[in-house]
Amino acid sequence: MKKLTLPLSKKDIQGLQLGELVYLSGTLFSARDNTHQKLINMINNGEELPVKLEGASIYYMGPTPPKVGVVCGSAGPTTSSRMDRYTSALLDKGLKVMIGKGNRSEEVKTSIKRNNAIYFSTIGGAGAYLADRIKKMQSIASPEFGPEAIYQIDVEFFPVIVSYK
Amino acid sequence: MRLIDSNTIIEAVSKNVSDINFIIAPDILSFFKNAKTDKEEKNFLNILVENSEIADSKRIALCQDTGIVIVFAKVGTEITLDRDLQSLLDEAVRKGYQDNYLRKSVVSDPLERKNTGDNAPVILHIEIVSGDVFELWIMAKGGGSENASALWMLDPADGEQGIVDNIVSRIKEKGANCCPPLLLGIGVGGDMEECALLAKKSLFRKIGERNPIQRYSNLEKKILEEVNSLGIGVGGFGGQLTAMDVFIESAPCHIASMPVALNVGCHSTRHCVVRL
Repeated sequence: MKKLTLPLSKKDIQGLQLGELVYLSGTLFSARDNTHQKLINMINNGEELPVKLEGASIYYMGPTPPKVGVVCGSAGPTTSSRMDRYTSALLDKGLKVMIGKGNRSEEVKTSIKRNNAIYFSTIGGAGAYLADRIKKMQSIASPEFGPEAIYQIDVEFFPVIVSYK
Repeated sequence: MRLIDSNTIIEAVSKNVSDINFIIAPDILSFFKNAKTDKEEKNFLNILVENSEIADSKRIALCQDTGIVIVFAKVGTEITLDRDLQSLLDEAVRKGYQDNYLRKSVVSDPLERKNTGDNAPVILHIEIVSGDVFELWIMAKGGGSENASALWMLDPADGEQGIVDNIVSRIKEKGANCCPPLLLGIGVGGDMEECALLAKKSLFRKIGERNPIQRYSNLEKKILEEVNSLGIGVGGFGGQLTAMDVFIESAPCHIASMPVALNVGCHSTRHCVVRL
């Protein structure tokens, strides 16, 4: 069983094979459509971002609300291709790891290679199963977007499959 | 006339629309357990079985996308309501989604994109029927699978092959995005919106339930076979199981037209029927 700790190093990424199942532990950020748009607007306006993109790991996910006393709600991946139009700009700013579901555009694949980054898929629709692997989650920016807010998430043995690198 | 009290409807709908987000449809669960696949796909199916067990026991949603709610109401001519159905169902969904920690996935305007914060409004289709029937066919529909859906206004001469080619090509392009193994609902005939409605309604069928017309049941089998030859597989990770089943519904149409709609259901296709 292959286990890695976030953030991933260049060596970590180089050592992975397409299609390989990997268990990730460490910290990542959630972001979806609205938050991607907001991050891009902030980059274009030269504003300081609420997350540090250099070496960052983003999970395309918008959770269900947690019950009282529970770490998080259901938390599976959303469709990555909706983020394609924003992705190259974020990769150029240092984003290294993306986790979502489904295919990516040719432009994104090229940008992933150019930036020595990696795209993992995880199991779409397995929100309850994946939530069990989230140990901490807190909203850190854009609460006005509801489930599309940016969450900081600590995961342990979070299963992902190497899809592009 | 039979009066159905507002509170009865609100209680029943809020409970059922929540339960379907925690309890997987029995036919889908049975399919996961019994599907003949290779070892790797079986491992992913086992994860989906485990997902359904965690969801049920901890009352945590099967999928974080707990959907926009669609209701097909059959209201008998002998039924009286004390409030309009739209506001009743909106209230039921607000209550169900708030009380059960389900995600609010509805924006008030497609361009402004501000979350309504309560998962209302419901998308409501009403059919008036004879007698004292009152049925609500309810679906909680995720965005990923809905986004893979499509509609084509084909020429009559495109025939069966035209239907197969368009559906298969759409799944080839989008299938990995929408949580396979999928259920494919297909409407053929009617007009533009009628075929879309047929496609959506067909997703209420159970796995293995064939169209009673031989021609369409054969077409269902043919499309299923072709889609499962695409190699997308469970979770989009490669394999022979891309769709669990294909359901076709047909309707009369104009001499010049052959509308075809595809409504994609994910592996957590969630629906129920409330009869009061």
